[in-house]
Amino acid sequence: MNPRLTRRRFIKGVIYSSAAAMSGAGFYLTNAQSRPAAAVERLISINVNGRTRRVDVLPQETLAHTLRYKLELTGTKLGCNRGECGACTVLIDDVTNYACSTLTHSVKQRAVTTVEGLQSPDGQLHPVQQAFLDELSPQCGFCTPGQVISTVALLKSNPKPTREQARQALSGNLCRCGAYDHYLNGVMRASGQLS
Amino acid sequence: MPSHDVMPDIELYQPVQVEDALALATRLADRGWLLGGGQDTYGWLKDRAKVPEAMIDLNGIESLRGIRETADGVEIGALTTLTELVNNPLIKERYSLLASAAERVASPQIRNVGTVAGNVAQDVRCWYYRRGLSCYRAGGNLCYADTPEGMNREHAIFGASRCVAVTPSDTAPALVALEASMVIRSESGERVVAAEDFFIGPNVDIQNTTVLRPGEILTSVRLPTTWANATFYFEKVADRNAWDFALVSIAAVMRESGGVIQDARFVAGAVQCTPRRLLDVESAVRGQPRTEATAQSLGTLASQGAQPLNHNGFKLHLVDSLAKRALLG
Repeated sequence: MNPRLTRRRFIKGVIYSSAAAMSGAGFYLTNAQSRPAAAVERLISINVNGRTRRVDVLPQETLAHTLRYKLELTGTKLGCNRGECGACTVLIDDVTNYACSTLTHSVKQRAVTTVEGLQSPDGQLHPVQQAFLDELSPQCGFCTPGQVISTVALLKSNPKPTREQARQALSGNLCRCGAYDHYLNGVMRASGQLS
Repeated sequence: MPSHDVMPDIELYQPVQVEDALALATRLADRGWLLGGGQDTYGWLKDRAKVPEAMIDLNGIESLRGIRETADGVEIGALTTLTELVNNPLIKERYSLLASAAERVASPQIRNVGTVAGNVAQDVRCWYYRRGLSCYRAGGNLCYADTPEGMNREHAIFGASRCVAVTPSDTAPALVALEASMVIRSESGERVVAAEDFFIGPNVDIQNTTVLRPGEILTSVRLPTTWANATFYFEKVADRNAWDFALVSIAAVMRESGGVIQDARFVAGAVQCTPRRLLDVESAVRGQPRTEATAQSLGTLASQGAQPLNHNGFKLHLVDSLAKRALLG
């Protein structure tokens, strides 16, 4: 019998490997083994919603991950995590970006605005948020933070968009409830074109 | 809070000088990955379908940004975003074909960060390849798309050689039509390649869609005055109006005088691995007026020689129709 493969070692091995598989970490563990030495976190400062936030960031870390899991700004949603659905849309220097497809290390000198940063200090909702409420734009609400951010960006560059322009501007935000027309009503109301 | 980002462990370099980026690209070679907007990158990494060891983030290099007027045209920095292309006055005024093409790329968020270099250098969208299967393009020895059961509605009708994937870029056909040239730098110097020769098919190199090699960086795209303010036509047909790749696209440039077409270039996208010059169509329309009769005379010239797969026969009719529509404007 192979002296290295004792009963004790065998059982320990089974426990570890199944624990890893059950926790869902197996994928990451096996992946980590085939890669060069794990990269280290670096402390950086980023400007989020007007505040300077100091945070330890991995080289490959996405902005969505930093916002949600390190800064606890969970208003930014992760849907597809592949830059397809738009739920993670944030403003970077007033331009819409998919936070899941942006490296946190690339926004060091720039201003990030998430949906949490839109309401005024006294807690009053941003006009776009209020218009979406008034028009009952969201159905399940998961895509709403992204839709709000895209609308805010649109109205900054084009305060009176046509419905077609709004449709184009929101085309990078999917809504699985299909509430697109309700969001467009919200955009029209927020831009004062719907009384 | 314990949680896992889907991104794999990978090193990140953020050079601010193009020379430093070139040195890194040379040193890392195929272990490195050039990062522009990153919108084609993160999918590959998150899916573990490609496993580079380091990203070289080019976004800090200011000299690669911006659109400049030169003595013989316009030079577009490699990091110019598609949104910048769409809104740039020079491009809108003289090369609106390129602005129209850039405007049809993906979604607003992607155009805001997606770069012109990234758009032309992006990899093909064949889902078997993207899935990480060991197909010809991934270094394996079979094609999953070109089989009796393969789903190949979006694949090539021309120029297949083992791989049947098509060029996914919307700007590429426009750049080929405008006779753009690509400026490529490496540590050993600079070379300038015509857009038409920049894209290569699987018969030349099955694992790369461009002539870019490890250690090289596409630093700018030059548009000559040849086709400035010509008659342009761009159309992209896709399943969705936004955030979709072309089923077939067409970019056409025409010079007219005395009521007839003096010269023209017609380029189709998404019909083969590279943008396809429709040479027969070009010679058929030269010296002809832009009329319905000329359009009808084109018949099936654009699709001549096509070899459709099981599910993409519709592309023949589509490319023929688009050639006619481009002619009529």
